[in-house]
Amino acid sequence: MPNWVWLGMKAGRAATDWPHHGPDGQEGNLGMPAFDSGHCPPGCAACVASCPTGAITADGSITIDYGRCIVCQRCLETCPEGALTPSDHWAFAVRERQDLVLAQSAAADEERALSSRIASSLKGSLHIRHVDAGSCNGCESELQALSNPFYNLHRLGIFFTPSPRFADLLLVTGPVTPAMRAPLIRTWEAMPEPRMVMAAGTCAVSGAPMDQGYAAGHGLEGILPVDVWLPGCPPNPAAFIHALLLLLERVPQKVHGGRYEP
Amino acid sequence: MNECESRILTAAELRPVAQDLVRQGNRFQMAYAVWEGHTVEARYLVALGSRRPFLLLKVRGEGVLPSLAREVPLLGWYEREMMDLAGLHFEEHPEPWPLIVHEGMSVRPPPLGPEGEGKGQLAGESGPPTLPEVRADQVQDLIWGPIRGDVLESGEHHYSYIGEGILHYQMRLFYKHRGLERRFQGLLPTQGVHLAERISGVGSVCHALAYCQAVEAALGLEVPPRAAMLRVILAELERLYNHFHYFGHLCKTTTLKVGEAFGTLLEERVKEVNARLTGSRFLRNCLTVGGLRRDLAGEDIGDIIRTIADEGIAYLERLNRTASHQDRLIGTGILPRQTAFDQGATGPVARASGLDRDMRRDHPYAAYELLHFTVPLYEQGDAQARTQVRMQSLRAALDLIAQAAASLKSGSICADIPARVDRGEGLGWTEGPRGSLYYAVHIRDGRLVRVKIKSPSFSNWRVFPFTVHGSNMMDFAINEASFGLTVAGCDR
Ligand code: SF4
Ligand code: SF4
Repeated sequence: MPNWVWLGMKAGRAATDWPHHGPDGQEGNLGMPAFDSGHCPPGCAACVASCPTGAITADGSITIDYGRCIVCQRCLETCPEGALTPSDHWAFAVRERQDLVLAQSAAADEERALSSRIASSLKGSLHIRHVDAGSCNGCESELQALSNPFYNLHRLGIFFTPSPRFADLLLVTGPVTPAMRAPLIRTWEAMPEPRMVMAAGTCAVSGAPMDQGYAAGHGLEGILPVDVWLPGCPPNPAAFIHALLLLLERVPQKVHGGRYEP
Repeated sequence: MNECESRILTAAELRPVAQDLVRQGNRFQMAYAVWEGHTVEARYLVALGSRRPFLLLKVRGEGVLPSLAREVPLLGWYEREMMDLAGLHFEEHPEPWPLIVHEGMSVRPPPLGPEGEGKGQLAGESGPPTLPEVRADQVQDLIWGPIRGDVLESGEHHYSYIGEGILHYQMRLFYKHRGLERRFQGLLPTQGVHLAERISGVGSVCHALAYCQAVEAALGLEVPPRAAMLRVILAELERLYNHFHYFGHLCKTTTLKVGEAFGTLLEERVKEVNARLTGSRFLRNCLTVGGLRRDLAGEDIGDIIRTIADEGIAYLERLNRTASHQDRLIGTGILPRQTAFDQGATGPVARASGLDRDMRRDHPYAAYELLHFTVPLYEQGDAQARTQVRMQSLRAALDLIAQAAASLKSGSICADIPARVDRGEGLGWTEGPRGSLYYAVHIRDGRLVRVKIKSPSFSNWRVFPFTVHGSNMMDFAINEASFGLTVAGCDR
C-alpha cells in the first residue's frame, strides 16, 4: 500500500507565493478586452452589435461596462481597426460598481478616496461563506481551485466556513435566481456585523447573460450591499485572490474608471 | 430530424408503443414539447441501439397525454417538466407534483407553452416540498440545503433517518433554474454558443459542441476535418480535468488528504494547459457553428500533457493499491442494472452498472470515428465500479488526445455558414464526462424558436436516490462523490 504521507513530502511544495512573488498560474489566460478609442473610425460601432451581453454601447462614443463582460472575445474579433485587443487584464476587482464602466466621454477619473471600510481585526484573517445563487458552476470550480496545493488559500489566512454565523464575508456567485433570492438574504441576515459582501463573476455583478427571460437574475445590485465587485466568466483563482486581498486592503485596486493599470 | 426515424402517434397509441419498445430493450433518451402557435407536439426520443438511427415519437395537437412514468420511470421527470413549463398535462402521473417550479412559486403563462400568450416571471418563494410520509418509530427528518457547506452548488437534501440509517432520501433541485432553454429563443442559430457554454461551466465544451452539432445538422453543414479533430482534443481535455477533479473530491470524502491534493493539483495542471491552448481554463470561446472560431496549436498537445499523463496514471494506480480508500468504495451505493436502466442512468454511472452505452462509439460525432478507444464496462454497480469506469475513461482520454494530436492535418477550421435558413430542426449529442447530452434545436423564420437541453446530471440525479434509500449516513458523501454530479446543467 502506498505511503501517502511520504509521497506528499517527497512531492515538496507546490504552492505559489503570488501575489508577493512567484507565478500567478495564468499564462495564456485571457482577460477583459483592452480598449483604445484612438483607433475607432468615426461612426463605427461594429463591436456593439457583436457583444452578446450588451456590455458595449454607443451613444456618440463607445462605452464598455466590464460588469457585463463575459470575456467571450467576440468584440475584438469583430473590430476592424484593432481598437479592442486581447489582454491579460483579469484582476478586475473594484470597490465601486462605477469603476467597471469605461466611458470615452468621461473626464479622466481622479483617484477616489477610499473610506476605510475594513475593520482592522479582519485584516489578518478572513472567513468566507460562499453562496451559489444560480451559477453555471464555472465560478465554483475556480473557487474550489483556491484550495488546491498551488493556490493554497490558507497561506493567506483566508478560510471558507460552513456557517454564516462565523463568516466575515458573503461571497456570492450566480445571477440570483428567483428561488435563491430568499435563502441568500437569509444567509446574509444570519451573519454577524461587520459583514461584507463580494459579487463574484459577471453573473453576480450584473446578471449577464442570465438577465433575460422568466427566471432572470440581475446580480446583487439592489439586493445586498456589495463591498467588492469582481467580473469575469469565471474569474480565475488568482483574480479571486486579488479580489479578497483588495477587500482586506492588502493590495491596491487595478481598475479605475474601466481602465486597467498593471 | 437528422439521424431519426419519425413516427407520428395519437395519444391513445402512445402507451402500447412505449411498452413494446421497452420490452424489446430500447431506451427512452428524453422527451420535450414544442409549440407552434397554439398547436403542441410532444416528442419522445428513443435509442434503438449502437449505430442505428434514433426513433422519434411525435404526438401532435394533444395537450393531455397519458403518463408513461409507470412503464418508463425515467420519463417521470420529463413529464413533470412539461407540466411545469410547457402547459401540458399527463394523466395518472405517479408523482404529479411540481419539479422545476417549486411549491410556493409559479410562472404564468407557461414559459415554454403556447406562443404569443404574453410573458410572466417566475415568482414566489419556495415552500416545503412534497415528500412521502415516512412512518416508523423515531424517524427524524433532516433538511440540508439549499446552501450547504464548503463551496458547493445549491440544492437541498432531504433525509428521513433513524440513527445512522437513511430510510428515505430525496433531493430538491432547480433552485438554480435560470430559464435557459427559453433564453435561446429569438437568437440567430449562430448566436447561441456562449449560452450553451454557460449551462454547465465544467461542461462548456460538451454542451457547446452538442449545440453546434444540432445547429449544423439543421443547417446542413459539414465541419472541416481539422476542426472536427480539434473538437475531439477540446472534449477530451474537458474530460481530463473533470475526472482529475472527481478523484480529488472522492479522496476528500474518504479522508485521503494527500490523494485529494494530488487530484486537485493534476486538475489545476490541465486547466493551465487549457488556458495556454485556448485562452480559457474552461476551453470556452473556441467552438462555433461550423467548426472553430480560430485555429489551435493542437499538434503539440500530446507532448504537453505527457508529464501530466505519467503522473496521473501513477496516481490512479496508487489509489487502486490503497486498501483504506478502496474499502470505503466497495459495496457502497449499489445501483442494480435494472434500476439503472429504468431510471435513466447515463455515462460512467450506467457503465458501472452493466449498461454498455457511449455516444462517442454508438453514434460517432466530431472525429471519434477515426480514433481508437475502448469503453469500460463493469457490472457491480457500486462506488468502486463507478470509480473504475472513470479511471479507465481518464486513461482513454489521455490516449485520445495523443492520437488526435498526432493525426491533425492542416486545413480550414470552419464551414461557410449559409446567410439564412428559414426553417429547420436538428439534433446534436455528445458524451460528456458525466454521460450523454442532447440538444434539439428548432428554427423558424431564421431564428431559434425552441432549444431543448438534456444534460447528463438531469438523468443521474433522478437515479442517485435509489442508491441512498436504506443506506447509511457515513456512506452518503462517498456515494455522492462517486456519482460525480453537477447541479447547474440539470437545473438550466
Ligand atoms: S469580450 Fe466582453 S465586451 Fe467583448 S463581446 Fe464579449 S462580453 Fe462583450
Ligand atoms: S460568471 Fe460566468 S462562470 Fe461564473 S457562474 Fe456566471 S456564467 Fe458561470
